[in-house]
Amino acid sequence: MDMVSATDDRARRVRAKNRALLAVLVALVALFYAITIVRMGH
Amino acid sequence: MANLSSVDLLDADIAGVGARTLEPSVGDYIALLKPRVMSLVVFTGFVGLYLAPGHLHPFLAAVAVLCIAVGAGAAGAINMWYDRDIDAVMKRTRERPLPSGRMAPGDALGFGCVLAAASVVVMGLAVNWIAAALLAGTIAFYILVYTMWLKRRTPQNIVIGGAAGAFPPMVGWAAVTGDVGAASLILFALIFFWTPPHFWALSLYRTGDYARAGVPMMPVVAGARETKKQMLLYTVVLWPIALAPAFLGLTGLVYGVVALALSALFTLTAIRVCYDDGDASAKRMFAFSILYLFLLYAVMVVDRAPGLAGGVGTLLGSAG
Repeated sequence: MDMVSATDDRARRVRAKNRALLAVLVALVALFYAITIVRMGH
Repeated sequence: MANLSSVDLLDADIAGVGARTLEPSVGDYIALLKPRVMSLVVFTGFVGLYLAPGHLHPFLAAVAVLCIAVGAGAAGAINMWYDRDIDAVMKRTRERPLPSGRMAPGDALGFGCVLAAASVVVMGLAVNWIAAALLAGTIAFYILVYTMWLKRRTPQNIVIGGAAGAFPPMVGWAAVTGDVGAASLILFALIFFWTPPHFWALSLYRTGDYARAGVPMMPVVAGARETKKQMLLYTVVLWPIALAPAFLGLTGLVYGVVALALSALFTLTAIRVCYDDGDASAKRMFAFSILYLFLLYAVMVVDRAPGLAGGVGTLLGSAG
């Protein structure tokens, strides 16, 4: 039982980390897009 | 690395070094960024940006503050990677992601390096390359000069190394102006001379921790009495620096009055530390030192807000 819960916990952490990484990458794309628009408007 | 005894290393092992490395959580990565340190860095960086003459698009200003935050966090992560051995023997730091074994050292180093590079590149592309160079210099100074060179070698570590924490307002200033103005040097000096009494207040009641880790903090090397004397001296040196923004017209009369009152209180807390053999007054001084810097910078912003503008210099000029 303990081993199963440890594996579940690990899988949950990996999933959370992957989602966080995806969010960071999407945010970076949006950031560079916005920077480009703002700088072009200057 | 520090000269740790076998007992210290055994303690470190019990604390988790060498234990099975678990899958780090998102929270562990956030902890690597030292959010509490980051908040003060971000705030002072913002004030530098706000006080600087000129105009920067609000979005680019927000990007500049974000870069300062990420750069500071990156430096914190690399600092935790390098200091993981001494962190493991200090009570205050032994639960951090690396000494507790929740994260592999390489992960922390990689995370810090990627963030450091990203913050500098984004600052350069979005804002300007002078601010980016200053940010890169700040990160490099904190890691190479403070963490790797001074921290384990001299009791003056925090005096010289404190410059790393003093650069953010200059980075903020440079983001707007594209250069390093004389006024931004005052913002730098304020944090630079504030850091020793702030940090020594902490190390006064953590002396045992630093001694065990082999870090030559002032109270460990010179003793509590000498440290308290130097802390008092630094609070006195801070008076003219804290008042300088008002006299140079960077802020107004409101700031001048608040700076005078806060400087007097800061010196008073240092005097109380001198006459207290226990930890209570040092803890109070540490807490007050944070409030002192935060309030000084906050009042600078408030004083420059529309409706309150006009420095003491201007005021004196018009009176004459």
